[in-house]
Amino acid sequence: MTTQVPAPAVVDVLAARPVVTPRRDALRRLRRNRLAVVGAIVVVVLLAMAVLGPALAPWHYRVQDLEALRANGNRPLPPLSPDHLLGTDQLGRDLFSRLLDGAQISVTVAVVVQVVVLLIGVPVGAAAGWFGGRTDNLLMRFTDVVYAFPDLLFIILLGVAFRETAIGEAMNGLLLIFLAIGLTGWVTMARLVRGQVLSLKESEFVEAARAIGVSDFRIVVRHILPNAIGPVIVAVTLGIPSAILAEATLSFIGIGVQSPRASWGSLIDDGTRWMQSEPHLVVFPALALAIALMSFTFLGDGLRDALDPKLRGRQ
Amino acid sequence: MDPVTHPAGAAGPLVEADGLMVHFPILGGILQRRRGSVRAVDGVSLSIQRGETVGLVGESGCGKSTLGRAMIKLREPTGGSARFDGRDLARLSARELRRLRRRMQIIFQDPYGSLDPRMSVGDIVAEPIQTHRLASGRAKHERVRELLRLVGLDPVFAARYPHEFSGGQRQRIGVARALAVEPEFIVCDEPISALDVSIQGQVLNLLIDLRRELGLTYLFIAHDLAVVRHVSDRVGVMYLGRLVEIGASRRVYALPAHPDTRALLSAVPVADPAVERRRRRVILAGDVPSPANPPPGCRFHTRCWLYERLGRPENCRTVEPELRPVGADQRAACHYAEAALTSDVGVVRPADAAPRDAH
Repeated sequence: MTTQVPAPAVVDVLAARPVVTPRRDALRRLRRNRLAVVGAIVVVVLLAMAVLGPALAPWHYRVQDLEALRANGNRPLPPLSPDHLLGTDQLGRDLFSRLLDGAQISVTVAVVVQVVVLLIGVPVGAAAGWFGGRTDNLLMRFTDVVYAFPDLLFIILLGVAFRETAIGEAMNGLLLIFLAIGLTGWVTMARLVRGQVLSLKESEFVEAARAIGVSDFRIVVRHILPNAIGPVIVAVTLGIPSAILAEATLSFIGIGVQSPRASWGSLIDDGTRWMQSEPHLVVFPALALAIALMSFTFLGDGLRDALDPKLRGRQ
Repeated sequence: MDPVTHPAGAAGPLVEADGLMVHFPILGGILQRRRGSVRAVDGVSLSIQRGETVGLVGESGCGKSTLGRAMIKLREPTGGSARFDGRDLARLSARELRRLRRRMQIIFQDPYGSLDPRMSVGDIVAEPIQTHRLASGRAKHERVRELLRLVGLDPVFAARYPHEFSGGQRQRIGVARALAVEPEFIVCDEPISALDVSIQGQVLNLLIDLRRELGLTYLFIAHDLAVVRHVSDRVGVMYLGRLVEIGASRRVYALPAHPDTRALLSAVPVADPAVERRRRRVILAGDVPSPANPPPGCRFHTRCWLYERLGRPENCRTVEPELRPVGADQRAACHYAEAALTSDVGVVRPADAAPRDAH
């Protein structure tokens, strides 16, 4: 018996097939999920709107079309008015342009908040899971405390405490709000990553790496984190709608985005005053918010199924 | 020359365990206090000579895998010592130990769990080479191809991912990874148990061929006695964290001196219906006792057929038997090893096999 004994039949079949990387496999399964594809398309449109918003917008978000307003008897213009596709608000500002500005704010929230969540949650969770014992206990009790603290109160307190500083004044105070939302949101990410690391740490391929003599740091970076990335991507995608919603809520109650900038939350807030006579001022921003939230959720659910290692290679 | 990465050339055993213990704490209560310990390995001494293959058998949960891992310090021993080429592994710094890992490797049971699903086969096999800076660039790729060829895989598949391979092929990848550092000693932790029967022979023969070609030393862990007999020079039998018998394969299989060894052997079917009908088998009653609370005296007495036959002698319950010589190159931990040796349980006695002794 020689050592050169590849099973010939199997080898031929394999040779004829293209290389299937785990990523390609996940993408293929994502593409088969219709809802997720629709979600992904809307998300891409939303991103495009946020980036190209100012270029796309027929009006500047703070410009008042006073002429048209006067012509309409100082009442908000209804949808499908000439020059104003979705009408205007009571000050004659183009609603479509303001929605685009809101998209920009929502996407900024999504990005900034998730970056903060990742930057804090992943290292904390990875350290707790990897080192275990006392480190784990310390870090997890700390996250429990953060988790137990009322989010809204924390955000308001931060807002008050740092209002006068450079961070507080950056981006009309928005950056501070975003950071605050992120600072309350990393807790779930830390727990998720810790759980992943705990289970991966016991896996045989990590043991194999240890037997080879790979350093701890490299084991975490090369073996553990890449294998934990699936659930993290899902958590980030599903965390975006709650961040957007948090910002909308803050803006709705008046501590978020300040006029003249428009967030979907503050647009809804403004609109409620005219809800009886001009329902479009509430309906359109609410619709935009709902569509964005649903798209991210659909995409997140689809990613979760596509990245599930148990389903790898199927369908 | 580097004393860590190069053999001292001493005549002593390559690998040696001396009273090795691995206890896992059992934590309980809100404060996670230590409530006791699972004594997975509880005082095992075992030495393996250069070029030798020692088989290790025993029921599930007897601690054989833990012993194998502790011997290359993948598990932290709680007592005793493990030595490699004369060096106490516990005294090495983390750095020295990492470098020593070049000389000792492990092949795992589960060919699915032991390969990182996010790495290509080429990267998996290259990792040990990179870690120990054995080669880089083109030389590294060439070495990976060479290793894949050595284990009988087409080097073309270096770009592919583990999930595209069958169990047997994955196990070959695991073997290639272990060989990448040119080790002297390999712990084979049930390397074929998880494979299809049709593939088991292929992988087993691969391991045997490699041993000859590369002059490897194996600790071969399995629960299939026939497989162990096929590959081992010596065989050790474990029960509940202790080594209960060890000796030259031929001796142990022909004349087992411990009741547990005989019970294990009696469970292996003989491929001869005439002999199979005549020989005596014992089925061990009940489960293995908890390793957190092993029985006093001889750990095996709660399930021992010999203990029952001899009328439950007291010293089995009170005195823990030590491994003692019971024949040429054979040691057993049983007070009544002589009685076990002459029993008809588990093996085919010459009288039974006589009509067909031709082979």
